[in-house]
Amino acid sequence: MNLLPVLPLLIPLVTALACLLAWGRRSAQRSLGVAGAAALLGAAMALLRTVSRTGIVAVQIGNWPAPFGITLVADLFSAIMVTVTGVIALVVAVYSLAAMDARREVFGYYPLLHLLLLGVCGAFLTGDLFNLYVWFEVMLIASFVLLALGGERPQLEGAIKYVTLNLMSSALFLAAVGVLYGTAGTLNMADLAVKLRASAAPGLVTTLAVLFLVAFGVKAAIFPLFFWLPAAYHTPPVAVSAVFAGLLTKVGVYVMIRVFTLLFVQDVGYTHQIILVVSGLTMVTGVLGAVAQNEFRRVLSFHIISQIGYMILGLGLFTPAALAGSIFYIVHHIMVKTNLFLVSGAAYRLRGTFELKSLGGLYREAPALSILFLIPALSLAGMPPLSGFFAKLALVKAGMERGEYIIVAAALGVGLLTLFSMTKIWAEAFWKPGEASGAGAAPGSWAWIIGPITALALVTVVLGLVGQPFFALARRAAEQLLNPAAYIQAVLGGPPR
Amino acid sequence: METPLAVVIGGLYAVGLYLMLRRSVVKLLIGLAVLTNAANLLIFTAAGMTRGRPPLVPSGQAQLSPPYADPLPQAMILTAIVIGFGVLAFAVALVHRVVQVVGSDDLDAMKTTDT
Repeated sequence: MNLLPVLPLLIPLVTALACLLAWGRRSAQRSLGVAGAAALLGAAMALLRTVSRTGIVAVQIGNWPAPFGITLVADLFSAIMVTVTGVIALVVAVYSLAAMDARREVFGYYPLLHLLLLGVCGAFLTGDLFNLYVWFEVMLIASFVLLALGGERPQLEGAIKYVTLNLMSSALFLAAVGVLYGTAGTLNMADLAVKLRASAAPGLVTTLAVLFLVAFGVKAAIFPLFFWLPAAYHTPPVAVSAVFAGLLTKVGVYVMIRVFTLLFVQDVGYTHQIILVVSGLTMVTGVLGAVAQNEFRRVLSFHIISQIGYMILGLGLFTPAALAGSIFYIVHHIMVKTNLFLVSGAAYRLRGTFELKSLGGLYREAPALSILFLIPALSLAGMPPLSGFFAKLALVKAGMERGEYIIVAAALGVGLLTLFSMTKIWAEAFWKPGEASGAGAAPGSWAWIIGPITALALVTVVLGLVGQPFFALARRAAEQLLNPAAYIQAVLGGPPR
Repeated sequence: METPLAVVIGGLYAVGLYLMLRRSVVKLLIGLAVLTNAANLLIFTAAGMTRGRPPLVPSGQAQLSPPYADPLPQAMILTAIVIGFGVLAFAVALVHRVVQVVGSDDLDAMKTTDT
């Protein structure tokens, strides 16, 4: 049995338990938290290396053969996502050393963070739909507590919406799983892929596909289902919102891509057309919301929504080039968005506020921080030579090849509006004159804050300047997604189909 | 047996959604609980029901003979009930805290973080 796909689940679990055992000893929890995140990144990179060299790795838990037991599968896409999770985990764990207040640390911040990572990695690696539901719940309950931890009024108000909407979507997901089991008699994704292709009731399968689209759409915050996100993401401490912004919605996108490439490909003309239209609406509404905002983290929250549109745009186009663009976009976006949230935290430390109107003069006081803001901001807007440009270029090119000119025009226009709202943050927070107040100063040293931001900015630049190997990897992952035969064979065994 | 259960599930969904659309947080919570249970019942019904045939190998035989009740949906519902219960416990605590901090259980009083 290959242990590599199990390690990204085992490491956060052990770290969380160790942190729980060290309850009350703050410094022990802090070092454990960082060590656990570093180990997770190491394991994830080893997994990516193995998967990229030897192909898809599947592990049958408890040695039950495939359709009966729980399967963990790591194909290139999941391995990439787990690696990105490891990067974000390490960066945020280091950032938390300086930015997290002692009260939250004592009340279990580190165990919760690692349980969240456990849920995220589990959702990326599982090969079974019901198991996916369980990982979703692990992830959600950890995120609920992280969101509400501290008990400030805005946090609690945000939590009510976040909890309700996510539980609604879980109930919907569960119902869809139940009907799917009634239809196909299995929940193993590889087995389902075989059975659904031969299904006698294509209408029912399409209905189920749309049901799953709605359930995952709430989690991914796509067009009509995103209102919980800007209400909640700007309320918790910065380190927490950075993890949420980077990882949580992307789990929704990941499962959408997984399910709509592996399971529901019977009626591509219908389901993927819906995804395409929704992606356009998501991009436009998200960025319009961002333009209207005047609070640092709310602008960024609305941007998440518009970026989700780009990610599922690739899924809607449904060609290898487009999916590769989506995968590259997800990786780029996780890095950039987490970084922007971390920068907003640094700005908060200098000024004690997130309101753009009260911020100002940050360029004079911290020129290095301003440059570090510009890199992810311009990357998000799609300026060459940063990673966002190549991600957008790939999607736009794939859209042109398919002849979907309206959606391409929307994507380009949204890029322009993104640049506009980033300019707004730049002008208000960094450029316009302002005075230092230092009201937001928290314990911890400045280096722990700048270090992670610099690291992520470097990743963004590297993804842009030497993007070719990363893009080739994304391309291979996309081709793997579109030819599920290897996936099915790795899970179910037997001869190549 | 399926038909009455289907009616019950539809009723539960209606009740759950109605309660969630009220303005009180407490009713929202009850609605959520009803909704999760409706989903559980839906799994149970959708996977098919077999009466009086537990999936036990009779003594003297080597394997099961159909028809027998599928144990998997029941295992899934059991998991879902446990998870739903844990989440509900958290939600009760959250609502308790929200009512304390906000000073009201009216959802309209919780709009300060919206746009």
